[in-house]
Amino acid sequence: MNVPSDLHYTTSHEWLKVEGNVGIIGITDYAQGELGDIVYVSLPEIGAPVHQGTPFGSIDAVKAAVDIYAPVSGEVIAINGLLEQTPELINKAPYKDGWIIKVKIADAGEIDTLLNPKDYAGTAASHG
Amino acid sequence: MLAAIGVADIQELVNLIIPKKYQFERPLEIPDGLSEFELNGEFNLLSQWNEPATEMLCFLGGGAYDHYIPNAISNLAGRSEFATAYTPYQAEVSQGTLQTIYEFQSMICRLTGMEVANASHYDGASALAEAVLLAARKTKRNKVVIPYGLNPNYLAVVKTYCKPLGIEIVQLQAGNGKIDLAELETVIGTACAVVVQQPNFFGLIEDGVAVSAIAHQAGALVIASVYPISLALLKPPGEWGADIVTGEGQSLGIPMSLGGPYVGLFACNKDLVRLMPGRLVARAKDSNNNDGFCLTLQTREQHIRREKATSNICTNQALVALQALIYMSLLGPVGLQRVALNSYRGAHYLAKKLKDDYGIAPHFGGEFFNEFVIKLPMTGIEAQTALLEDEFFVGPPLGRWFPDMENCLLVAVTEKRSLEQLDALAESIGKVVTEK
Repeated sequence: MNVPSDLHYTTSHEWLKVEGNVGIIGITDYAQGELGDIVYVSLPEIGAPVHQGTPFGSIDAVKAAVDIYAPVSGEVIAINGLLEQTPELINKAPYKDGWIIKVKIADAGEIDTLLNPKDYAGTAASHG
Repeated sequence: MLAAIGVADIQELVNLIIPKKYQFERPLEIPDGLSEFELNGEFNLLSQWNEPATEMLCFLGGGAYDHYIPNAISNLAGRSEFATAYTPYQAEVSQGTLQTIYEFQSMICRLTGMEVANASHYDGASALAEAVLLAARKTKRNKVVIPYGLNPNYLAVVKTYCKPLGIEIVQLQAGNGKIDLAELETVIGTACAVVVQQPNFFGLIEDGVAVSAIAHQAGALVIASVYPISLALLKPPGEWGADIVTGEGQSLGIPMSLGGPYVGLFACNKDLVRLMPGRLVARAKDSNNNDGFCLTLQTREQHIRREKATSNICTNQALVALQALIYMSLLGPVGLQRVALNSYRGAHYLAKKLKDDYGIAPHFGGEFFNEFVIKLPMTGIEAQTALLEDEFFVGPPLGRWFPDMENCLLVAVTEKRSLEQLDALAESIGKVVTEK
């Protein structure tokens, strides 16, 4: 299971990459593996607010539809337009081309509440 | 089983479960059972009290119509392979059922001029209500504009669906029976949709193109509620601007049977497909690359999406949709057009005869399909009752829904009515009027 060391994680299997006051958000390799083939991603509008712990979009896999939860609060400044035609990017490259949204982080303090790679790997492994 | 649990009889079991003070003490006054022979006799007697509309000269309109139903439909749809078909749970195993639904969907697309149709809803009313909900979801707005000439039963169902979601319903004024474009402009505001019943409840043909222009300009969707037989003559809603097309499939070979079971039609274009309610059958390839059918996009539905589902309904009227499919297959485009033309011509012949010979003009001016409103010098109910004496079943009387139309009656004509019958009805109506 791939858990990059330069990212922050949530218990709901999202990752956050911090670049200054911008956060890049996606779902983890574990999550995409569990979901199976992703066929559709429902994205928020640019400018929409996101709140830590609440859903900002959803992912449709063949047999299930799941919410994607915001690791931090902020404002959506970019969405990954490639996901409309090629949602499978999330399966193929969940931490790179399969990024989902970018946000302007409202409160950097929230980052400290997230899991570090080691702790996330532990929780994901115990899901089994 | 009683012996196995150590109880003497049912009454003792009841005594053990239900405290005596809650038990009904008096003996139930239910007569003794009847034999099958006696029971048949009872029901035969009761049925003779009925006057089925199909055995009278039926000129009833208002949403269900007396079109001819070919025998082949009951013959085929009554086959045991079809007759018990609930929505299949292991859908892919029921390839035959899925194929019939896929073909039904395809025909509805052709008839309505839309890209996608679902496997059907319960009836035209609930299909319309679901369309309003879809428009609200899509536009994130919570107001819908309803024409005066919408089937009142449909309006009641739409109200039921809208109330818990806080969707405001704005109904247009009566005007001349059709949607007034100027009024629509002032009222549309931030509505999620405008509903256009085509033809409307009074039988009139609305200006769909103009209504759509106003709606789209305001960012609202256009929802059509259609009479499918009329689509063999009228421009399909997909071509005059409808974003969602709903309708009642009863006229496609389904008996009127006192209001149901009927079948709701629902179609839209691909951009709305993920927001659509209901079941969708698709054609796909299996793992051996052979053609097959499957249920698709189930991630919209409640069993996967739960409270975010597009609807609480994940079933369809499979058997009734099958009957409609057989009807459309039997008649084909040529046959359907003949049914529509004969219905249209019959209604226009009758309207002209009533006007020329008896001075009774249709209440509303404007082009109509196969039904129109007449206003008489008595209540609609009195008129209907009087005409029943001559075995004509005309209506429904409009006073119960439209307070300003107490003396009005709907009249609908289908391909089943001959010229002689039309002449006789006109004479009968003339007589009812002069005798008043």
